[in-house]
Amino acid sequence: MCGISGILNLKNPAQIDANNLRRMTYALSHRGPDETGAYVDDWIGLAQSRLSIIDLSSGSQPIHNEDKSIWIVFNGEIFNYPEIRESLVKLGHRFYTTSDTEVIIHLYEEKKEKCLDDLNGQFAFAIWDSHKKELFAARDRVGILPLFYKINQDRFYFASEAKAIIEISDSQTSFDPIGLDQIFTFWTTLPGKTAFSGISELAPGHFIKFSAGKNLSVNRYWSLSYSKELVQNDKSIPQFASEISELMKDSIRIRLRADVPVGSYLSGGLDSSGITAVVKNNFNNQLRTFGITFQEESFDESDFQNLMVKHLDTNHSEVHATNEDIGKYFSNIVYYGEKPIIRAAPVPLFLLSKKVREEGYKVVLTGEGADEIFGGYNIFRETKVRKFWSVDPESKFRPKLLKKLYPYIFKDNRLAQTLQAFFKLGIDEPNNPFFSHVVRWNNNTKLKNFFSEDFSKQIGGYNCYDELKSLLPEDFDDWDYVYKAQYLEIITFMSGYLLSSQGDRMAMANSVELRVPYLDHRIIEYMATVPSRFKIRGLNEKYLLKKVFKDLLPKEIVNRPKNPYRAPIRNSFFNNKSFDLHSVLSEKEINEAGVFNPAKVKLLIQKAERSQSLSELDNMAIAGIISTQFLQNHFVNYKKLNVPAEYSFNTFIDKRNQIN
Amino acid sequence: MNASVNYLETIKQFIVDNFLFGDGKSLVKETPLFEKGIIDSTGVLELVAFIEDNFKITISDDELVQDNFSSLNAIDRFLKSKNDKAASQ
Repeated sequence: MCGISGILNLKNPAQIDANNLRRMTYALSHRGPDETGAYVDDWIGLAQSRLSIIDLSSGSQPIHNEDKSIWIVFNGEIFNYPEIRESLVKLGHRFYTTSDTEVIIHLYEEKKEKCLDDLNGQFAFAIWDSHKKELFAARDRVGILPLFYKINQDRFYFASEAKAIIEISDSQTSFDPIGLDQIFTFWTTLPGKTAFSGISELAPGHFIKFSAGKNLSVNRYWSLSYSKELVQNDKSIPQFASEISELMKDSIRIRLRADVPVGSYLSGGLDSSGITAVVKNNFNNQLRTFGITFQEESFDESDFQNLMVKHLDTNHSEVHATNEDIGKYFSNIVYYGEKPIIRAAPVPLFLLSKKVREEGYKVVLTGEGADEIFGGYNIFRETKVRKFWSVDPESKFRPKLLKKLYPYIFKDNRLAQTLQAFFKLGIDEPNNPFFSHVVRWNNNTKLKNFFSEDFSKQIGGYNCYDELKSLLPEDFDDWDYVYKAQYLEIITFMSGYLLSSQGDRMAMANSVELRVPYLDHRIIEYMATVPSRFKIRGLNEKYLLKKVFKDLLPKEIVNRPKNPYRAPIRNSFFNNKSFDLHSVLSEKEINEAGVFNPAKVKLLIQKAERSQSLSELDNMAIAGIISTQFLQNHFVNYKKLNVPAEYSFNTFIDKRNQIN
Repeated sequence: MNASVNYLETIKQFIVDNFLFGDGKSLVKETPLFEKGIIDSTGVLELVAFIEDNFKITISDDELVQDNFSSLNAIDRFLKSKNDKAASQ
């Protein structure tokens, strides 16, 4: 894993300032602390900071093809690289490293952008053909790894994180009101957008193409389809389970390819327990595992975690997330995450990757994506219940099934009435493409009441739902309703929040690479062939995955109720001696950022000081406002990094004034 | 509903998986589902949702009475009569 960055002249050859590349690379040093390299000619500068995992000795980047006309900077892993390499060698390609990076470059020579179809992995890379003056940059299918860009006058800038672009920007960075409107609805920006004006993110499954004399274009190469035609209705549950089991095993097998040891996160939930058991039973008996425990009992899963550690007999380490630490490190995680966040849950993951690194590990497997792909979240079950209710919206009985999802809240009869009304929103529109998410998103939208008048004016009449609608596949309306919910969850929450704010960014902050076996595209595509009634059997979530792991895991893990991974918000920011709430949320600071209404923020603080048990919405507002204020401090009021004079590239290929 | 599909077996398997956590030895067609505490008032809605989801039928509030779901036999009778009604329409 690594950080990559680059600067490209879009119109004519012109001096590329190597010092800018140096500063961009320095801003990404957490992503790649092991070595740095750059390539510069009169059109382009490519730079990379490397976290060495495969081919430790000769894999230094940038890497080139046989005649050194094509160069690549690469962040990520191609897990099927040995197989691709073998076929390329047969075609006559000569390799000078054993890295996966070099495989991409030769595959690109063979297939141009079609090379992406063959890659099984997590990646963001940029390839420069210096003869043809062509740039090709791409990001993996579901956005496990990031890539940001900006076009300014006649230049194109790109980097693994926005901070590298901000570092060399001449003008002050500002919030993008549309980006924030999206975040305060979907928890994340929609694909392509960021929280900052003028800076874009390359959407998952997309590539950028540029050739001198032509415009730069952004194109899609992969999209998730849950088309009805893909569903195999004639297959039985045991058949599906056995095929998934084989795929999972292979996905994990190739994700253990590394020249450094690979560890595993182990939370005590089904997903990470399943991965860990497969590794332990098939590939590595000496497995190292890592997990989080919480100070606050209602968030803690130690019992299940310990059960798994005992069951598999792994060498396990844990970090204990205290409320004090969650408040204390919140500013850090906003710096690395580069987005307002409505949750505190990234902090423990930041602490966990720190622990992993301290224990000498750079690579860990994690269970992310299983809930989206296999149907694990409550929102999918909720969709089923609401769909069941929508058959007869006036039914007295049907809404009572909600109790199955939220038994504790529905115990109280008075609350039950209110909640029922809450979930009834949109029940008469089962064909609304957002039927599954309308309750949740509508609730999140209330967070925007905290926006200042001026900021709301900047958002104007923009409607984020219309934009999301424009991103949906053509045949979306024909899909099964659970699949629709999955799709929406995958393109918003999973790619934009889970894999980013809780994923890559929290791991790379401490120079740790995450690998996500459930998001092997073969598994994602396979799961689109499974009838949705098998994914969630009745209201039994991840039914097929439970079948797959039934014999590998203790009954208690397979049958346990699923708890969403969360971290305390209110108690992490209030009465915390390591968190200066009143200065972070002072009227002066709030006014300076201009995003929120200071009077409303003050009332929220007073409410939180009075009451220990806040509503979900109030908690989200607290995290959202504090993170936005930190973002203001980190990036709007950006202070250029103090790059040490002696900081220089380990490898520097200078071809300036050499190319016709 | 397709009569050739062994729907009762599918329903039984669902009850075993979902309410008995795999332990279906003692579940027979006559087992009283409510009296034995296998299914409660929320459970019956889960079962109805499952039946609707898997067999593409709709069960009205009027039909949501305990008698129709009191045992596998009762469910069988109920679904058959529902099917007959649908066929005669």
